[in-house]
Amino acid sequence: MDHLDALESQSIYVLREAFNKFDKIMMLWSLGKDSNVMVWLARKAFLGHVPFPVVHVDTEKKFPEMYAFRERYAKEWGLNLITGLCPPVEEMDPTLPPAARSAARKTYGLKKLVAAHGFTAVIAGIRRDEEGTRAKERVFSPRGENAEWDVRDQPPEFWDQYKTDFAPGTHVRIHPLLHWSEIDIWHYVRRERIPLVDLYFARQGKRYRSLGDRDITNPVASNAATIDEIIVELETTKVPERAGRAMDHEVEDSFERLRAAGYM
Amino acid sequence: MSESQHLKITIVGHVDHGKSTLVGRLIYETGSLPDGKFEAIRAMSERRGMPFEWAFLMDALQAERDQGITIDTTQIRFRTALRPYVIIDAPGHKEFLKNMVTGAAASDAALLLIDAREGVQEQSRRHGYILHLLGIRQVAVVVNKMDLVDYGEARFAEVASNVTAYLACIGVTPAEIVPVSAQAGDMIATRSARMGWYRGPTVIEALDRFTLPADASDQPLRFPVQDVYKFDERRIVAGRIESGQLRVGDRLLFSPVNKTARIASIEAWSVPNQPTEATAGQSVGITLDEHIFVERGQIASHADHPPIETNVFRAHLFWLGRKPLVAGSRYKLKIATAEHQVEVQSIDRSIDVTDLSTKPADRVERNGVAEITLRARGTVALDEFRRNQRTGRFVLVEDFDIVGGGIVGMEGYPDQRHGLTVKSTNIKSVESLVTTEARWQANGHRSAILWLTGLSGAGKTTLAQELERQLFRKGMHVYVLDGDNIRHGLSADLGFAPEDRAENIRRVGEVAALFARAGVIVITAFISPYRADRDRVRAIAPDLFHEIHVKADLAECERRDPKGLYKKARAGQIADFTGISAPYEAPEKPELVVNTGTQSIEASLAALLDYVGRKLALESGGR
Repeated sequence: MDHLDALESQSIYVLREAFNKFDKIMMLWSLGKDSNVMVWLARKAFLGHVPFPVVHVDTEKKFPEMYAFRERYAKEWGLNLITGLCPPVEEMDPTLPPAARSAARKTYGLKKLVAAHGFTAVIAGIRRDEEGTRAKERVFSPRGENAEWDVRDQPPEFWDQYKTDFAPGTHVRIHPLLHWSEIDIWHYVRRERIPLVDLYFARQGKRYRSLGDRDITNPVASNAATIDEIIVELETTKVPERAGRAMDHEVEDSFERLRAAGYM
Repeated sequence: MSESQHLKITIVGHVDHGKSTLVGRLIYETGSLPDGKFEAIRAMSERRGMPFEWAFLMDALQAERDQGITIDTTQIRFRTALRPYVIIDAPGHKEFLKNMVTGAAASDAALLLIDAREGVQEQSRRHGYILHLLGIRQVAVVVNKMDLVDYGEARFAEVASNVTAYLACIGVTPAEIVPVSAQAGDMIATRSARMGWYRGPTVIEALDRFTLPADASDQPLRFPVQDVYKFDERRIVAGRIESGQLRVGDRLLFSPVNKTARIASIEAWSVPNQPTEATAGQSVGITLDEHIFVERGQIASHADHPPIETNVFRAHLFWLGRKPLVAGSRYKLKIATAEHQVEVQSIDRSIDVTDLSTKPADRVERNGVAEITLRARGTVALDEFRRNQRTGRFVLVEDFDIVGGGIVGMEGYPDQRHGLTVKSTNIKSVESLVTTEARWQANGHRSAILWLTGLSGAGKTTLAQELERQLFRKGMHVYVLDGDNIRHGLSADLGFAPEDRAENIRRVGEVAALFARAGVIVITAFISPYRADRDRVRAIAPDLFHEIHVKADLAECERRDPKGLYKKARAGQIADFTGISAPYEAPEKPELVVNTGTQSIEASLAALLDYVGRKLALESGGR
């Protein structure tokens, strides 16, 4: 087994644990590269099937290419797609800085959808190397009744034994990609020929390294127009992946506050 | 080309011995720090009026920076010329053992960090001990803050000798002991002129000397069933191969149900060729050639190297629960993919990891370590940890939370597997034309198995022989099966290892049942220390079995010591001696208790005769 085989096998193990332990389970599909890898891994885990709903929490501010991608692959991959809309920004915590306040819409959109469908388990494609607070996550990460995350009191998690028992009213986030890095994702996309939104590939000296809402996501300067070129770029860059995501950088703790309140 | 495999390391040690600083240094010195981070940390430090603080790199959370301690496990990557690494930073605060375990359990190797001024402290010992318990065998010691002891060789030698001595007691040999100053950058990536006396490797060199985890594919196959899928016409048994290999056509044995079937196919989606074999570490799906009962929790193996089957085992355990672990309480056990209800049969000894002293205890407090015995309601398939880590470790769950972890040992307990399976397949039970009841009528009394169990020296043989004589005088059909006699013949091929003892009792039980069916009152006099073995005999002839506890406490039996065996056992001349070096599991609900410790042999015999008179008379209702 090589490095990618090992990553893949671990993710499949986590997805199978999650599917075995929770009936009301769904997978978040943000249409980004990590999310597509995650859907792909689910098809590997369940031998060509995705046996739970795949949810897109729609801010209605995504790039048109992302919506086109969603329609095409939901059909091609036989996904049970659920979409949910987000509340307007005016309803969000006004003390948050502007971009974080905009991003918070997604948290509330998700909470609404989870409540409407009665989901108790949400599979999300975050990775430890993306950002400092995500580094502290568990694979099976409990959330309180208001979806909040208590980073100070997380369950022990070792020997691939996860927290799978929950009091009524709580739910769990499951993170099958937690142990992957950005460059692992690209190596895997290349090996498995996983389709992606083409915004990741450079046009006129710019490309998106991470995809979010149109108004709070910026492209990075890059000439990497193919997967191979992106991998070469990542091997040498020291610019963090989420540098183009405005909400991470407004003040020292803005992303941490978003996550404690239930952001992915 | 794909990324090469990361080595996962954990850095543990006492609070304030400088873990976060060391990690910051490693990232910086290997050129793995993202652009702007160095400046950001400097700005952050200045804002708080502190000198440059490496630890901020790890402490990404606001709350932590304010407290100045690391509160959770984080993972950070860096790369040496040799290979990539993932560091799992584990916190030093005592109450955060669960986070340390969470981080360290996933590691291939560990650095144990010790402050040169303070030397080995309580948490250094605790963390060293837990590393060992988690099965992490590659450990290097880093003696930090050498700048604060003037880079002195003598102080380093003193600390190194203390830590080596402690680790030796728990069976850990440090790969290297490296003197460093993480704050000043000595001996992290480059050699330091200030410690010219040190000839060993730098921290980076020590890390590069560790080896990647060994492939478990050459061990016996363990394939715990994670789930069974029926999304389409295929019925797929899904799981991860924890050790060994499997191939299409292999016959798999599923434990503990002991059903077998052959692998018809290995299923995979989006692969160039359908696989015909799979190996340790792979998550796979297989189909079988026969429709046998398979469900989550069973372990598939090859028939020649199956896992142990037992309902009782020993565990070396660390406890994370807010409530203490208490003898007699029940928990949910999770081992591989199986779940079982277990009861803490006993806490055998509690271990003080700071000085390795042990003492008896009836509870284990949070962050404590102990050796315990667990009893499951059903049969558990498992391995001893020393034979197979992945199927030899477990967690306990109370209410909704994981409250402890442990590793399995079977010292003094037998594998119950061979007692559970009938090897020949073409046999059928034949009903005798003469019923047992008819034999009772002819004999003038009922028959029975009077199963005497108790410690060596409790008086079983004496009572059995006296009882036989008295009943024979009354004209009853009676016979004693005695331990030593059986071992001269029927069990001449067996020794005293737990498996052999279990097999001996099984044979005696089968013979006793035949005697009893033939109308004879059969009296057995065996220590028969294991509840599971006695229960199995009861299952052979539940209508005829009478469990009689010949009860005297260990001190009394040892004082009598009629055969001098306790003396030999205490001197270490007899291995696996019941009561000394092997367990005696007293009956839970015996039909009769004869207390030979507190009453005379005559009184005990009278009690037995009274029991036989009441229970085995023809007009009585029997049991």
